[in-house]
Amino acid sequence: MELRIDRDRVDRCRSLAAAIANPVESFIAAHSTVSVERAVLRLLGVDGVTGEEIPIPNAIVDSISTEQLGRGAAMPFGKALAETGLEPAELGQAIVSGRYSLEQFEQTPEGAARGALRSHVNGALEHIASQRAARLARLERLPQLPPPLLYVIVASGNIYEDRTAAVAAAEAGAQVIAVIRSTGQSLLDFVPYGPTTEGFGGTYATQANFKIMRAALDEVSERLGRYVMLTNYASGLCMPEIAVMAALERLDMLLNDSMYGILFRDINMKRTFVDQHFSRMLNARSGIIINTGEDNYLTTADAVDQAPAVLASQFINEEFAHRAGLPDDQIGLGDAYEINPDLEDSFLYQIAQAQLAREIFPAAALKYMPPTKHMTGDVFKGHLIDAMFNLTSVMTGQTIHLCGMLTEAIHTPFLGDRALSLENARYIMSTARHFGDEIVLRPGGAIDRRAQAVLRECETLLERVAAMGLMRAIESAAFADVSRSPDGGRGHEGVFSRHADYYNPFQEALSPVAA
Amino acid sequence: MSKLVRPYGDTQNDGKVQLSFTLPVEWSEAADEAARQLATKIGLRDVQVVDGRRIASGFSFFVIYASTQQAVDVESIAPSAAQTHAMSMEEIDAFIAERIGRKVRVAGACIGTDAHTVGIDAILNMKGYKGDYGLERYRMFDTFNLGSQVAVETLVRFTKEQGMDALLASQVVTQKGSDVKNFTALSELLEAEDLRERVVLICGGPRVTNRLASELGYDAGFGRGTLPSEVASFIALTLAQRLRQGSR
Repeated sequence: MELRIDRDRVDRCRSLAAAIANPVESFIAAHSTVSVERAVLRLLGVDGVTGEEIPIPNAIVDSISTEQLGRGAAMPFGKALAETGLEPAELGQAIVSGRYSLEQFEQTPEGAARGALRSHVNGALEHIASQRAARLARLERLPQLPPPLLYVIVASGNIYEDRTAAVAAAEAGAQVIAVIRSTGQSLLDFVPYGPTTEGFGGTYATQANFKIMRAALDEVSERLGRYVMLTNYASGLCMPEIAVMAALERLDMLLNDSMYGILFRDINMKRTFVDQHFSRMLNARSGIIINTGEDNYLTTADAVDQAPAVLASQFINEEFAHRAGLPDDQIGLGDAYEINPDLEDSFLYQIAQAQLAREIFPAAALKYMPPTKHMTGDVFKGHLIDAMFNLTSVMTGQTIHLCGMLTEAIHTPFLGDRALSLENARYIMSTARHFGDEIVLRPGGAIDRRAQAVLRECETLLERVAAMGLMRAIESAAFADVSRSPDGGRGHEGVFSRHADYYNPFQEALSPVAA
Repeated sequence: MSKLVRPYGDTQNDGKVQLSFTLPVEWSEAADEAARQLATKIGLRDVQVVDGRRIASGFSFFVIYASTQQAVDVESIAPSAAQTHAMSMEEIDAFIAERIGRKVRVAGACIGTDAHTVGIDAILNMKGYKGDYGLERYRMFDTFNLGSQVAVETLVRFTKEQGMDALLASQVVTQKGSDVKNFTALSELLEAEDLRERVVLICGGPRVTNRLASELGYDAGFGRGTLPSEVASFIALTLAQRLRQGSR
């Protein structure tokens, strides 16, 4: 199946996306955030919480003056490492216990700090490399089933119940398990600590929870003879820190969008742009596939109207991802099956949109999201709509397939719901595996015309955004009808200018320019 | 006068029902029997386990058809209390444009130390809840979501400085009555600042009921499952009514 798309127009869209990203990249290069600095400390090995349950990376970054923080947290921390001879984790404890303060080592030469940091920086990078190698070795030995990779969520709030659900889902055919986060975690300016058993509509993302789930999935992978992937969310106010934890614990995918938090969580745009860049550099190095959030445009606004904005966002996400060093096969651009099922020929529009993304981003790990907006309590109809979604996905060769749940509008999935959903997807994708190969799309037909129109309107939108600049375009509600101001939203106070002698050893090591 | 009815399969009064569930047991014929016995204990007769199968190790799924002897008297069921006419987003926008003639300013926050914005976000965020758009998406609302852990003083100062028409205070955490304390603190501070009469004051959260809200001096309270359009309708109708009564 192939559309006749205007390749020149696609090239122009990519040039526009580059023009849009340029000024934002300059901004990113001149700034850092508290979460980036906390991520640096975590990479160095700082972990744990204070007596008041404040994560030690937060406590340390908060203890550094604004003036000093502009030089990066690594430098004062490195000076203290050099002077005390402690390991980073011990030093973290010693600082929060009041035994040392970073200020007392201000006079230490920078060379000594760099020297003291070097082995810890290399240690972190080696750990990340070894986790990446471990994933590749497992994938070689325990090959996945062919895509679309069936992806389901677990969301009980209790990591141990999630573990049971994840193992059951893997046995029922799931190839990717995502642990949905507790509602509101994206707005927390810290990462909770330890295993958790209570959450709201999801389970807190903590490093301990990552470890528990990874161990369970590794075990079931061995048993099933195929590698089961693990996903979480590097979104919200702690994108860089979650990316660190995911790298260390060998997660395989992360939700990570350059604009989602801005539009849908009212997180400050400057914070998000800086955070997404650092987190994506880490994801690139970790071999983690990012999943972008374009599906959200379709659930909040009309899916037919928003199709050009989805494509425009895909171009922008691709551009930012490339600039952070992510190769195409680690870029899971998002789309969703959200057109009103009552609309005649809506199935044709869905195929047009999905096939358009497939052809414009041929090497990307496209992520296809299921219907949610038009799902009701009618589980029978819901199961049927999900079947059409499954068919569209296999026909258009999507890579990552988030299975729709017949109980979508009712509750977070039951164990039995997931099994039915996976059964539906497996049946459709097996019975119609090569259906797409047999179809020639009629030139000038409804699917062809729709795809052309979406691409045309996407170019117009990108031109408008490029002319205004991305930050102003977001302010003028160019995406998803949401307006956000450059200095508004959550987390703005955590953004600061980099001093001329800003030092971040990981930034240097991970930068795609340096690589 | 009574009218007894039973579920209808293909014959009047056959009482046919369908049921599906998962049991945490490995599938076997004994598991099918366990499912049958469970359905029997539920009170069903002629239980047929039409499908029973393994869905994971240690879990089995069943589909059952059976009959119930139970019947209900549909005549004895009183119609539910009249509800406020729920308007759609478009209707509410049009209503505000016509009756109020300007944008309505709404601020919302999780007050006190509560960090659970699930409720307030469901009502305010563009994405909304269950396919019902949040207030941010309405043309005729200017919406300010102040987020989580907002001190009552901050919310009141914001109201004073920015001139709000409606305030939404959310509390998910209810440990040791913290929700009631925070709600009370807010309404008292608004009174003290002479702002109470100038705003439509609404509280929300999974444990909130309209009765609790009126006890605490709020105009309304919304609990679990509330749709954004229900809150939006209430704000629009209440403001329009106050305008008509010339109380502002």
